[in-house]
Amino acid sequence: MANNSDYTTVIKPHAGLFNLKLREVWAYRDLVFILARRDIVAVYKQTILGPLWFLVSPVLTVVVYMFVFGSIAGISTDGMPQAVFYLGGITLWNYFSSCFTATANTFTANAQIFGKVYFPRIVAPMANVLSNMVKLFIQMLLFVGVLAFYLGQNDSTIQLTEEIYLLPVLILMMAGLSLGIGIIISSLTTKYRDFKNFIGFGVSLLMYASPVIYPISAVKDKGYGALLAYNPIAPIIETFRYIFTGHGSLDWGGLMISGIATISILFFGLVLFNRVERTFMDTV
Amino acid sequence: MAKPAIILENISKRYRLGMVGSGTLREDVMGWYYKVRGKEDPYSLIAETNNRAKKGSSNYVWALKDINFSIEEGEVLGVIGKNGAGKSTLLKLLSRVTAPTTGSIKARGRIASLLEVGTGFHPELSGRDNIFLNGAIMGMRRAEIKSKFDEIVDFAGVERYIDTPVKRYSSGMYVRLAFAVAAHLEPEILIVDEVLAVGDAQFQKKAIGKMKDVSQGQGRTVLFVSHNMASIRNLCRQTILLSNGTIQSMGKTSEIVSDYLSYHSDNHTHQSLKEAKRFEGNLHIEFSTIATLNNELLESQTMVSGEPMNIRLGLAINAKRKYSKLHCSVSVANEQFVTIMHLSTDEGMGESLNIEDGVGHLTLNCFIDQLALPRGKYYLSVFIWDKSIVFDHILHAKSFFVSDGNFFGNGAIKEPRHTMFLVKNQWTQIDQHG
Repeated sequence: MANNSDYTTVIKPHAGLFNLKLREVWAYRDLVFILARRDIVAVYKQTILGPLWFLVSPVLTVVVYMFVFGSIAGISTDGMPQAVFYLGGITLWNYFSSCFTATANTFTANAQIFGKVYFPRIVAPMANVLSNMVKLFIQMLLFVGVLAFYLGQNDSTIQLTEEIYLLPVLILMMAGLSLGIGIIISSLTTKYRDFKNFIGFGVSLLMYASPVIYPISAVKDKGYGALLAYNPIAPIIETFRYIFTGHGSLDWGGLMISGIATISILFFGLVLFNRVERTFMDTV
Repeated sequence: MAKPAIILENISKRYRLGMVGSGTLREDVMGWYYKVRGKEDPYSLIAETNNRAKKGSSNYVWALKDINFSIEEGEVLGVIGKNGAGKSTLLKLLSRVTAPTTGSIKARGRIASLLEVGTGFHPELSGRDNIFLNGAIMGMRRAEIKSKFDEIVDFAGVERYIDTPVKRYSSGMYVRLAFAVAAHLEPEILIVDEVLAVGDAQFQKKAIGKMKDVSQGQGRTVLFVSHNMASIRNLCRQTILLSNGTIQSMGKTSEIVSDYLSYHSDNHTHQSLKEAKRFEGNLHIEFSTIATLNNELLESQTMVSGEPMNIRLGLAINAKRKYSKLHCSVSVANEQFVTIMHLSTDEGMGESLNIEDGVGHLTLNCFIDQLALPRGKYYLSVFIWDKSIVFDHILHAKSFFVSDGNFFGNGAIKEPRHTMFLVKNQWTQIDQHG
């Protein structure tokens, strides 16, 4: 009998709970990039505007929000110009919601490929997060443009803060959260699809539980405002707007808790996902 | 000593039948509850062997049960079996699409599978993009694909279309491109499932040649699953025959294939004609049995194109007087009941067919040197008569199958839709003008 250590691939019914196969994921890093590229390119194939389409949705959404929430409902924007306030919220929120939705549908959307070839399944949601990040950067350009317009005004009430260096951290936290929650939902929906019905309206409800259309200051003193403390997305969005404008609040404690929550959710998600990916084809 | 490239030990795979719903939730919760208390899950014990035709009492079946085998490095192992024998499940486990219920698989090197070519092809992307995408899905690094890019395009023969979205490709081009990527993977272990069924004859030849190169020239291990006995014989030295989720036999390809062909026929080979509906005849001489026999003179429902075939007729005689110079014939009809061959004692028997009076038996054998039929289902009709008397005549007394074989001696396969029978032919180039 040959020595076991010779065998590079060992397939067993159950893998170790914490064996996350990170080395294998690393070997497939090119696939992450190629899948991400596919997702981006496929969206604007056979269109004239191409990647500009990524800008249409935030522009229209901002216009509607300014009208509905800004003018009619008159919700405070913490002293920021409405366009900056809403666009900032939407840009980051859209990143979360599109990553989350795509990741939550990983198994069902990729069942066809997963049923034919093996590669570490986590590669697919990672590619989602990456392709949406490219989309985020394009939308960030729009945000920065709008921001620059207001900063350039003589009577500008907003200014960049020195905490702008937090930007990559915030984006990474958003990526980690959406990936983590997404893979938990996708693991739970391989056999029983019940959660799937929840994803669509769950995301839109979650938006109202996050400071996208209102600032934290507007709900702080209200009873239900305390609930925001349990939403790890809240400090990320609030901080995002703060570092660009100096308005709103920078709550280091909240941000820290949010960071810990992100790491825990992501880790728990990976363990769960790793457990499900081995046999999901039998039940999907 | 050569070490095996793959070892399978006690591999079993259990599937659940029926629908997933609240009933399965109950089983899951119960099973988990038993496990938590350190007892064995009662639902894991009640699985049954997999026989899709029979109704079972359990909701669980073993698609594979206690599979043990190993493959030496550089070997091409064939896997054959009826539909539902467990071939696809075995491939799914090997390619890690799903995990086994029990047992372990150990392998040395990268395993790549061609369960279906073109996995992950995106219709909107160009051929170029899809080569990279498909290659990466199968585990190639970007640099690796880049270095083989020209070779892949050349092999597929789609250079002109390389920047066109693959949704504009003909289905043949699509398959060629997909196979080309897969063929250039260079994994240590390659798993192939029926990909050769697609593409034209020229491409099939190219694909088989490539697989031979991969195993013989480069010392890679190949596992090849097919219904095509001709390509199994052509490619594999060793073959495994699966049946109802277990290994029925394993060994030299030629033995296993004929085992399969005779087994495949189940019990319908040797057919009694006592009850058969007669077209006409006084039954003083009647057909009692009919059987088709293969090259090794084993009864089988399935014959191989290009190989010898025997038709064996049993006759029961209850004759008032003796007869001489009788005529007996068999005609072969295709699935549309069009008669395409007629075999009779008149041209095929040296001496004349004579029988004595009284009660007795007689067996006739009709030998065909090379079966010149493409794959398909065929019917035999039998007829025995004297000048003016018809003794027995049964239409479509027995059916049999023909599987693809090496009729032309070069591995070429004719599609049944192109021809009703096969004829050897030689082509030469006489002259060229211009």
